[in-house]
Amino acid sequence: MKNSDTGSFIVNFNLNGKDVKAEISASTLLLDLIRNTFNMKGTKPGCNEGECGACTVLINDVPVNSCLYLAANINGKTVTTIEGLSCNDGSLSAVQDSLVKNGAVQCGFCTSGMALCIKALMFEYENLVNSKLTGKKPKLTENDVKKWLEGNLCRCTGYVNIIKSALELINNVERKSG
Amino acid sequence: MNTDTKIIGTPVPKHDAGIRVTGKAVYGHDIVLPGMLHGAILRTKYPSATFTIDVSEAKKLPGVACVITADDIDTNNISFKRDHPVIKAGEVNCIRDEIAAVAAETKEIALTALSLIKVKYKKRKGVFDPFEALKPSAPKINKFSIGNFKNKNIAGEFHYEHGNLEKQKKRSKIILTRRFSLPRMTHACMATSNITAAYSQSDGKLLLYSSTQVPFLYQRDMAHALKMNPSDIRIIQPVIGGGFGSKLDMYPFEPICALLSIKTGKPVQILYSREEEFIASPTRQPMIIDLTAGIDSKGNFTFREVNVIKDNGAYTSWGATTPFVIMQAFSSLYKIPACYFHATAVYTNNVFAGSFRGYGNPQATFALERMIDMLADEIGMGKDEIRLINANEQGEITGQGLHYQTCGHRQCLESVIKSSKTKIRTTSNERYKKGIGFASMLHVGGGAKIYRSDGCGSIVKIDPYGFCTIITGANEIGQGSETVLAMIAAEELGIALNKIKVINSDTDIKPWDVGVHASRTSFVAGNSLLGAIKKLKNKLNAKARQLMNEPSADFIYESGYLFSNQTRSKIAIDKVVREMQFTEPNELAIAFYFYEPLSEFQDKEFKGNVSGTYAFASQSIEVEVDTYTGNVRVLNVHVAQDVGKVLNPLLLEGQIHGGVLQGLGYAICEELLMNSGMILNSNFHNYKIPTASDIPEIHFTPIETNDRHGPYGAKGVGEAPLIPTAAAITNAVCNALGIELLELPITPERVLRAINGKQTSRTKKNLTVRNGK
Ligand code: FES
Ligand code: FES
Repeated sequence: MKNSDTGSFIVNFNLNGKDVKAEISASTLLLDLIRNTFNMKGTKPGCNEGECGACTVLINDVPVNSCLYLAANINGKTVTTIEGLSCNDGSLSAVQDSLVKNGAVQCGFCTSGMALCIKALMFEYENLVNSKLTGKKPKLTENDVKKWLEGNLCRCTGYVNIIKSALELINNVERKSG
Repeated sequence: MNTDTKIIGTPVPKHDAGIRVTGKAVYGHDIVLPGMLHGAILRTKYPSATFTIDVSEAKKLPGVACVITADDIDTNNISFKRDHPVIKAGEVNCIRDEIAAVAAETKEIALTALSLIKVKYKKRKGVFDPFEALKPSAPKINKFSIGNFKNKNIAGEFHYEHGNLEKQKKRSKIILTRRFSLPRMTHACMATSNITAAYSQSDGKLLLYSSTQVPFLYQRDMAHALKMNPSDIRIIQPVIGGGFGSKLDMYPFEPICALLSIKTGKPVQILYSREEEFIASPTRQPMIIDLTAGIDSKGNFTFREVNVIKDNGAYTSWGATTPFVIMQAFSSLYKIPACYFHATAVYTNNVFAGSFRGYGNPQATFALERMIDMLADEIGMGKDEIRLINANEQGEITGQGLHYQTCGHRQCLESVIKSSKTKIRTTSNERYKKGIGFASMLHVGGGAKIYRSDGCGSIVKIDPYGFCTIITGANEIGQGSETVLAMIAAEELGIALNKIKVINSDTDIKPWDVGVHASRTSFVAGNSLLGAIKKLKNKLNAKARQLMNEPSADFIYESGYLFSNQTRSKIAIDKVVREMQFTEPNELAIAFYFYEPLSEFQDKEFKGNVSGTYAFASQSIEVEVDTYTGNVRVLNVHVAQDVGKVLNPLLLEGQIHGGVLQGLGYAICEELLMNSGMILNSNFHNYKIPTASDIPEIHFTPIETNDRHGPYGAKGVGEAPLIPTAAAITNAVCNALGIELLELPITPERVLRAINGKQTSRTKKNLTVRNGK
């Protein structure tokens, strides 16, 4: 797929449920591809050096700092950004709704990354529950949640209500999986 | 005022959270204008040097639209004392100094252009210690400095005193002298500094998308810098990704961006990288505080004698006025019969300090609350007891003239003392030791009269569909002001929250407000909105009386209706508005109000009742120290805060949690490290801010004192929660280990040194005097 004249590539991937294609260079970062080429500004550049988590997106349901991820590696994968987290009718997803109701959003610059990271934790937990390897129900403690969110910095909220949100959501998953 | 409220006091989620949680909020980083260029700034390589510059190669690079140096611009100096050139000419004085700027088609081209600029530096030695700068032999650091001071490197001085110091010294049983040292802490807002400027060459108007927290002061400062008419400059605030005081000043990158737009006739955007943010955005003031304090045999405080040296850095920001707040803490937190206070801001070749949530108060509170613990130890009293004896009281007028019409200090103390278990100090040979520390704080709670007006204007209108628009001078920087204002309108007008809109981000539209600072927004903007609503209701009431044929009725506003208090019959609010608007004598359902707090200017001696009301808080904090590694873990934080009245418990809690965690960072890990004017830790890896795993349990008890001047009785809350935190944490660590820490942050290294009995270098000059009474 490489164009030898310009040194550019074509990548095909799924972005928020839609198959898309883009022409990129070898050094294009996923963050820039999302923000500049696809014009989705919800993914935030907090540091561009992998330290803050504001740019978190899900790649195949796993949270990744998009500022460190080479877009060249995205071919064939599935990307979820904050724009893809809302329900199909545009209403708030459970994660978003919970963050709002728990007062976990202040300036909001960390929020996209936090929301996706929490979403990924729910996926992880669902997988654990469904795999039923251990026989008894897996438990996620508050400390597990804190560790999970450690790479996402927030300067406004003191994290307390973000963690509260995450725990509530996990409990809901637990209840549903009964 | 109606005391049983329906909306006020309930946990309403943030009005504007929806756009923030869906990625739709437009921050400065998200703005794209047609034909927009990208700006970048070249900063000096050395903190003190003379230089020559050659930009000819950069200008030739394809894609470069404009390169400017000091030679290409005609500007006035900026900053609080107008001692800061926008672009530096021939001489640099700190590592942030801007020496050239580029606008280009892409950010990459702009950065490449910077690398093509040739600069020849002649390094100078530089002065990095304020005490060195005060020596007669030191060079004059800022040649634009003004004022008549005894030393050429003094940027500002504040002197205050009350009471008879000598008499109080004689009365004292114990007198202690200590030197406290406070670090540079940086705001680390999650969104880096940003600005987009769009100048229209056809009509000479400048549009700025700026994250300022004081748009009207900013408009004036920008006009001064660019020699323009302030009204030709329109400021629009995008959604702001963190403020905390960092956006109180205008900095050089902002007029630089405007100049690039003016020169090219195109929109220009400057976004800081994270490294640039660490290097080039301001910090909390580093300070050396020499404090001497006394106590009599009964445990009453007798006096405080304070000398503060603040490292101003190379230029003077609003932060230079922090002594207003610092002196307030020393003169008026706890009952103090005598106080002598002197603060000196000293120019150095370090990066300049700005304003930061708390505005000097965390530094002052650290020194005075540490001192209280040491006095308690000397005299053999409990750390809780000594604080209760000296607590402030309602009705008190302090030596400085602050009038505490309501005061929850004692209740705050009692609350945190009760909720934390005392005496948990463990035995001596265990690895992990626990301790408890207390601290209180006093802060302005109803604005602060430091500018010609501390007021706020509001316009409120109701449209023919029954929706309400609030146009307010107040700013939203994430703290929740929009929500509180919408709640007030919903409460008073009986209009549903989702029918209320808040317009607050455009200087061409909104009325005057001095800006977000001093925890003033709920108090001042809240009162302002209440004033406007009252006027609007008078109009609506008159119309409703006429429409309902009830000439002497009064009305209750609820669920979109006006209910007559006489007949209980009702009329829809939108109907009243339509009748006003569309039948004679046609009138709009609109009203405006300007609220100016009752506070006074302080006199030349800094005495006077500077705020509409005062906020108090106490914290008690439990820590565990690993005596092998020096690591401090904060376990429990009990916060009791006199908030006047809880307007929204959800938002209030958020301010408490966020503040406490910033205070925790200040206490144990945050310091912007400098060596000979260079910044050593300009990234999140080396400048650590607290993460989710660092959070303690935070237990919050609001204390309601119902201040009659506040909206529904409320006081300002935003800054208070971080002010006593570092002091209480350090007190707890000292309590756990039986050591004396006088310096922040209390890193593992400092804790271990203190355990081993070694004082750190910056804090000497400590003294204890016992009078034989
Ligand atoms: S922007 Fe990617 S981690 Fe900070
Ligand atoms: S809400 Fe502001 S950084 Fe998290």
